[in-house]
Amino acid sequence: MKTENLVAALVADNGSGRRWTGRMLPAALALGGAVSLCLFIVDLGVRDDIAQAVVTWRFDLKVVLVLLALALAFGLCRALSVPVIAGSAIRRLLPLGALFVFAVTIELIATPSALWASRLVGSNSLICLTSIPMLALAPLAAILLALRSGAPASPALAGAAAGLLAAAAGAALYAFHCFDDSPLFVATWYVLATIPVVAVGALAGRRLLRW
Amino acid sequence: MTDQSDLSALMRLARQGDDEAYRRLLGHASVWLRNVVRRGLTLAGRSTADTEDVVQETLLAMHLKRETWDETQTLEPWLRAIARHKLTDYLRRRGLHDHVDIDDCMDAPEMAVGADSSTAMDTRRLLAELPVRQRRIVEEISLEGRRAADVAVRLGMSEGAVRVSLHRALKTLAIAFRRD
Repeated sequence: MKTENLVAALVADNGSGRRWTGRMLPAALALGGAVSLCLFIVDLGVRDDIAQAVVTWRFDLKVVLVLLALALAFGLCRALSVPVIAGSAIRRLLPLGALFVFAVTIELIATPSALWASRLVGSNSLICLTSIPMLALAPLAAILLALRSGAPASPALAGAAAGLLAAAAGAALYAFHCFDDSPLFVATWYVLATIPVVAVGALAGRRLLRW
Repeated sequence: MTDQSDLSALMRLARQGDDEAYRRLLGHASVWLRNVVRRGLTLAGRSTADTEDVVQETLLAMHLKRETWDETQTLEPWLRAIARHKLTDYLRRRGLHDHVDIDDCMDAPEMAVGADSSTAMDTRRLLAELPVRQRRIVEEISLEGRRAADVAVRLGMSEGAVRVSLHRALKTLAIAFRRD
């Protein structure tokens, strides 16, 4: 087939284009999040002392952390979904890193050193490690599906970003069940729980996000 | 590459439905791509016999993913990125995993190459693997130069159905390239 013939076919298909603003990403996140919300309500549920928790600075800081992660991961996902990457990926996550450092520092100052170890280990680390990935599953599937309409410069990296976003969504839900509010706990176990989700996202992205 | 602002302007017009602008853009892109791909294949130590196939595969990707161009930037970096991605992918599929510095071939001086008359053999073969109706629609539009409306009449379909089928055929063709 001659190239001019192919061009004729492409021109005839001109009307099929729509704008990519990662427009399907919010919808995918909402849909996946809704599924996980159902799972959350059935399986875990909001903690009983939520009314008391929301007035504590630790809980509030925890919520800010997961929401910031959600926002930054979303931006990262969208930025990595096109052939030309604007700016450094890591730099986008710096505010989150800074907030973590700040939160941990405050905790170390506010808490007697004898309690540091127990705060870090917490009471529900195993549930945290299993719940966040579980709650991230539906969002991950939906986000990867949405990203297939894009053209990521690196499919693996885009998949990893999808994993990060999905994990953040899972963490945002889990935070309302989890009794361990200490930044030491969050910085350890929430982050650890994110790693397998990012890895799975990267592996899946490599396959599913090729274009 | 030809005047940058021209290409970005052409794409903008194409996005608004200007088919002629889109045709011109794809024409410019073909010439530039042919240059780049030829150099890239040479740098990678491959024969340039497959040049036209890679050019067509890249044009197809450009078309199917044209929504990912950020209008606030010029078109050129986006074109380069796609060309780089497709050339690397093509080489990887042929077993060449060495990192070829694609950027070397990007800055090749623009040669006065006109429309190439060579035939892309892979494209022809992959087209033959499409479902019958899709293939017929692509052939009537591309080879016979018919408009979608005319093809619709000939095949007893609605124009909308023809357009949908054409779009699907192009997406299937892109997937077929990747698996090749």
